[in-house]
Amino acid sequence: MFRRLPDASVAAVAIAVDGLPVSARAGDTVAAALLAAGFSAFRTTGVSGASRGPYCMMGVCFECLVTIDGVASRQACMVPVRDGMRIETQRGRRAITT
Amino acid sequence: MSRPPLRDRYDLAVIGAGPAGMAAAIKAAELGLDTVVLDEQATPGGQIYRAIGETPLRDPAVLGEAYWRGAALLETFHGTAADYVSEASVWSVSRDGEIGVSVGGAVHMLRAKRVIVATGALERPFPIQGWTLPGVMTAGAAQILLKSAAMVGSGRVVLAGTGPLLWLIAAQYLRAGGAFAAILETTPWRNLGRALPFLPGFLRSTYLREGLDLIAEVRRRAPLVRSVIALRAGGTDRLRDVTYRTGGGLEVTIRADTLLLHQGVVPNVNLALAIGCRHVWNETQLCFVPLLDAWGQSSVETVAIAGDGGGISGAVAAERRGNLVALDAAHRLGRIDASERDRQAAPHVEALRETQLGRGFLDRLFRPLRRFRLPRGQTLVCRCEEVTARQVRDAAALERIGPNQLKAYLRCGMGPCQGRLCGLTVTEMLADAQGVSPDEIGYYRLRPPVKPITVGDLAGLPRTETDVAAVERS
Repeated sequence: MFRRLPDASVAAVAIAVDGLPVSARAGDTVAAALLAAGFSAFRTTGVSGASRGPYCMMGVCFECLVTIDGVASRQACMVPVRDGMRIETQRGRRAITT
Repeated sequence: MSRPPLRDRYDLAVIGAGPAGMAAAIKAAELGLDTVVLDEQATPGGQIYRAIGETPLRDPAVLGEAYWRGAALLETFHGTAADYVSEASVWSVSRDGEIGVSVGGAVHMLRAKRVIVATGALERPFPIQGWTLPGVMTAGAAQILLKSAAMVGSGRVVLAGTGPLLWLIAAQYLRAGGAFAAILETTPWRNLGRALPFLPGFLRSTYLREGLDLIAEVRRRAPLVRSVIALRAGGTDRLRDVTYRTGGGLEVTIRADTLLLHQGVVPNVNLALAIGCRHVWNETQLCFVPLLDAWGQSSVETVAIAGDGGGISGAVAAERRGNLVALDAAHRLGRIDASERDRQAAPHVEALRETQLGRGFLDRLFRPLRRFRLPRGQTLVCRCEEVTARQVRDAAALERIGPNQLKAYLRCGMGPCQGRLCGLTVTEMLADAQGVSPDEIGYYRLRPPVKPITVGDLAGLPRTETDVAAVERS
């Protein structure tokens, strides 16, 4: 659970998470935007199906993997939000696509 | 800095744009080296100066003076002639300076006469029961959210662990308007005895005043529990509570929405190891560090290492070490002679010595407890492949195995993080089980790509005639 501090005023960026509109801020990473919107679990693991969310926020733990604009298993903490971005949380093992 | 398209060849490639990388690039460009900086983040600063150019926090006092030291460095970096590429993920560096890098989904290969690895530090693994639950993250992660997105934890936030950074983050959080349900400090009191012989250096360092001020500031405003010796996170799909015990005390369970863990930082050695740079175990800092000479030169001819990636010494030292590696690079590439290198290096060497005054004391005082480094039972060691401490111990009891056999037995260390979150734990656990030094156990063998890339990206790389001839049947 995270909240934005009142003194931060930055331009809004519109993204969609699991099909629902979410308002992010310019300069947010996808992970920050999702945490601010109330998501704590970003995916379930491929091994046991356990829920996981961001742990390191700096690109080393690979816990915050999400699908961004159709590309699966992107590191949410490493990708800045862009207007119109479509994000999906992941469930279990990813499917092999061709 | 300029941001032209990536070229095929440079004199020098600097990997990482934290204090070491920025300082190295500035100095190298000033000495006439055709330099490119490849950084994984969207903006320069590394983690310590994260979002230094654009933090949405309005009150500069929140992050404190030590953070704002980075502003001057950033300004100089903006003015340098070096090329800068952001969101550039380096996944391979060969011993002769061929670099594989992904930028915005496109893969490039480039070549540099010399490479400076400035990949910084990451937080030491803190394997406790429940540390994989959503809602549990590192204190560094919370600091990144504060610096780059002006966000703080809402609800009940618990901060747990040890180290100078723990206190800094606590103070920054409180100044920003955040609050803690509890701060659970795991620093063992007996560490003080081991640290005391290093007190004279600490007394002369700036760490003393800064540290005492921070601790006093935090203690006034947050409930602090000291000498915590057991810790676990509870919950099913997300964190619900934190249970702790102090020496001789009963177990206490408190409700929590966010648990922030921290027990120091260690060099981020994945890339340097994959290049083949020799590393040795540092028993004081409890981590592997690359074998370097005074100029940051590694065991690989073309590669030097600067900043915390070469051993933890902090941001100010990183900047100095960045200057030193750049001077040596210019010397090795024939731009300046040895006496000019030494002349320009002198003030940096002197300043570097000063930054290290308090280090011996801090390393020993904040040495994390054994039980928080060597987990037991169902606690996950490898988060990616969900391998428990019991599984690692059982495997270690079977025969004298190393970290690489453990991969074959348990898939431990084979997930997407490539051992970054379990490597040190596994080395220490195997060393403990076999009664040998971590040096003897060694670390996972790492190979490129050190960052994931798609098969499609690889297939899209330009092919030379030799490449084609190598695989085509006539």
